[in-house]
Amino acid sequence: MNGAMLQIATLWWREITRFRRQRSRIIGAFLQPLVFWLLLGGGLSASFRPPGAAPGTNYVEYFYPGVIVLVLLFTAIFATISTVEDRKQGFLQGVLVAPITRPTIVMGQALGGTTLALLQGVIFLILAPLAGIHLTTSAVAAAILIMALVAFALTSIGLVIAWRIDSTQGFHAIMNLILIPIWLLSGAFFPATGAPAWLRWTMRLNPLTYGMAALRQSLYLGATNAGSTVPGFMLALLITIGFSVATFALAASVARRAAAA
Amino acid sequence: MSAAAVPSRVAVAAAADVPALEASGLGFKYGERQALRDVSFAIGRSEIFGFLGPNGGGKTTLFKILSTLVPSQRGVVRVLGHDLQSEAHAIRPRIGVVFQHPSLDGKLTVAENLAHHGHLYGLAGRKLRERSAAMMERMGITARADDLVETLSGGLQRRTELAKALLHEPELLLLDEPSTGLDPGARREFNDYLAVLRERDGVGIVLTTHYMEEAERCDRIGVMHRGELVAIGPPAELKAAIGGEVIVIHGRSVEALKQKVEQRFGLSGTVIGATVRIERPRAHELVAAMVEAFGEDIESVSVGKPTLEDVFVHLTGHQFFFAEPRPAPESDS
Repeated sequence: MNGAMLQIATLWWREITRFRRQRSRIIGAFLQPLVFWLLLGGGLSASFRPPGAAPGTNYVEYFYPGVIVLVLLFTAIFATISTVEDRKQGFLQGVLVAPITRPTIVMGQALGGTTLALLQGVIFLILAPLAGIHLTTSAVAAAILIMALVAFALTSIGLVIAWRIDSTQGFHAIMNLILIPIWLLSGAFFPATGAPAWLRWTMRLNPLTYGMAALRQSLYLGATNAGSTVPGFMLALLITIGFSVATFALAASVARRAAAA
Repeated sequence: MSAAAVPSRVAVAAAADVPALEASGLGFKYGERQALRDVSFAIGRSEIFGFLGPNGGGKTTLFKILSTLVPSQRGVVRVLGHDLQSEAHAIRPRIGVVFQHPSLDGKLTVAENLAHHGHLYGLAGRKLRERSAAMMERMGITARADDLVETLSGGLQRRTELAKALLHEPELLLLDEPSTGLDPGARREFNDYLAVLRERDGVGIVLTTHYMEEAERCDRIGVMHRGELVAIGPPAELKAAIGGEVIVIHGRSVEALKQKVEQRFGLSGTVIGATVRIERPRAHELVAAMVEAFGEDIESVSVGKPTLEDVFVHLTGHQFFFAEPRPAPESDS
């Protein structure tokens, strides 16, 4: 194995090992969105008919891919918190004086976070029938690809913040200020159709909107009853790829400039 | 990156003549605070060298620069012959670093921590397993190989830290306050091991410390005070420079006492805290006369051969443990 690959692999493996040994993290990142989904989805189902969705789509179904992205978001946040802790507790110092470049470190961290998020996302995917969605094999494959891209982008955003911030409290504050609104305005919670113009535009400029749209459509891949068609699947996919590349590049450059400890 | 683990031929050939560490005109500021000022020194390949100074004296800042963690701001530093600014990639595989704060992952086992470290340094497979096993054996932590590091005692964690820093067989070992948090017995054992390491493996050792006993055991020390290197040399030589013996008088109204000593004995002393210090050959002969003359002003008198603490006081005019008027911004410096 090439040196940088080995380094990325070992950083990745460490994130996974730590996660396995902290059971509460697994439960928290999975159960919280599940509760959200059941309570909000169930509660709003009666009064909310998502405009622009296929006829017969109730809110539980509409909200389902939104909750998957929320699962990815929470896991990405947890994963990047461990980076803040690594910096605070000294572990990262040992990595920083090793013959490893900063972008390589960030890649290991980002892939670790992505894997954990993806794992939980896949578990959530199993609940699709509860939402009334019947997944085909190609739908599952497409959904996993999109989830991986979205998770990678969200973890990278988390790392941008984690490399600049020294305390977990500060990290939480900024997360709530940035990541939760990005999620809320991605079409996860309500569709752009029917929203005021300024909100529609905000949603259109939000890169996560495209990841959300791609995921929503991937779930119905191969089914005749396709979900929302705006934006189109390919466009949404391309923008999502661009989003994850750009956020990673940003995280790598922030890490390169960051003070050591 | 893959070439990083192999020392270049040029470096090996020149190894004997190139100093382990060389700095000239090194300066560093945290905002307005000057943490290092015009620091220059050269440290040989198989020396045990200690930077001695009170907390806040600039040792930790110096350590962070030497270990490639923080780029220097002024001056030139060469580590094992490589320029620190432009060739950190060539330096990193060849140095081992032990930080004051543990850089181990408590949620991983001892063996896992070593494996993680080895991978970062390009070690893998059988070579990694063999070295890791040998290093754990040497440090006496084999029995704890599969225990989570967070369950180990402070002393064992320290040994694991050292095993990790030595795993990739560095030529130079840098340690920041290595014996902080160890009891005196464990500290002595740790320093014994460093001596063995230098003898047996020819590893150069550079450490920072605020313990006098630890500094005493170094081949040479550099005394740091308020960001400056105020003296450099073997401990015995630094102590010899003071000349003779040191009398320390504890008493009330020390300023007045100092003047009386000057008038009566023609000796110039220094007031430090609640004491008057006088350096002088055969000082013990004066003690009886002093107590007789100023008995009521004196609470106690001590006479001794100069210690490194005396060296520090002599050089800086400050007491060692109160040398810094305010705490440094970083708690660990």
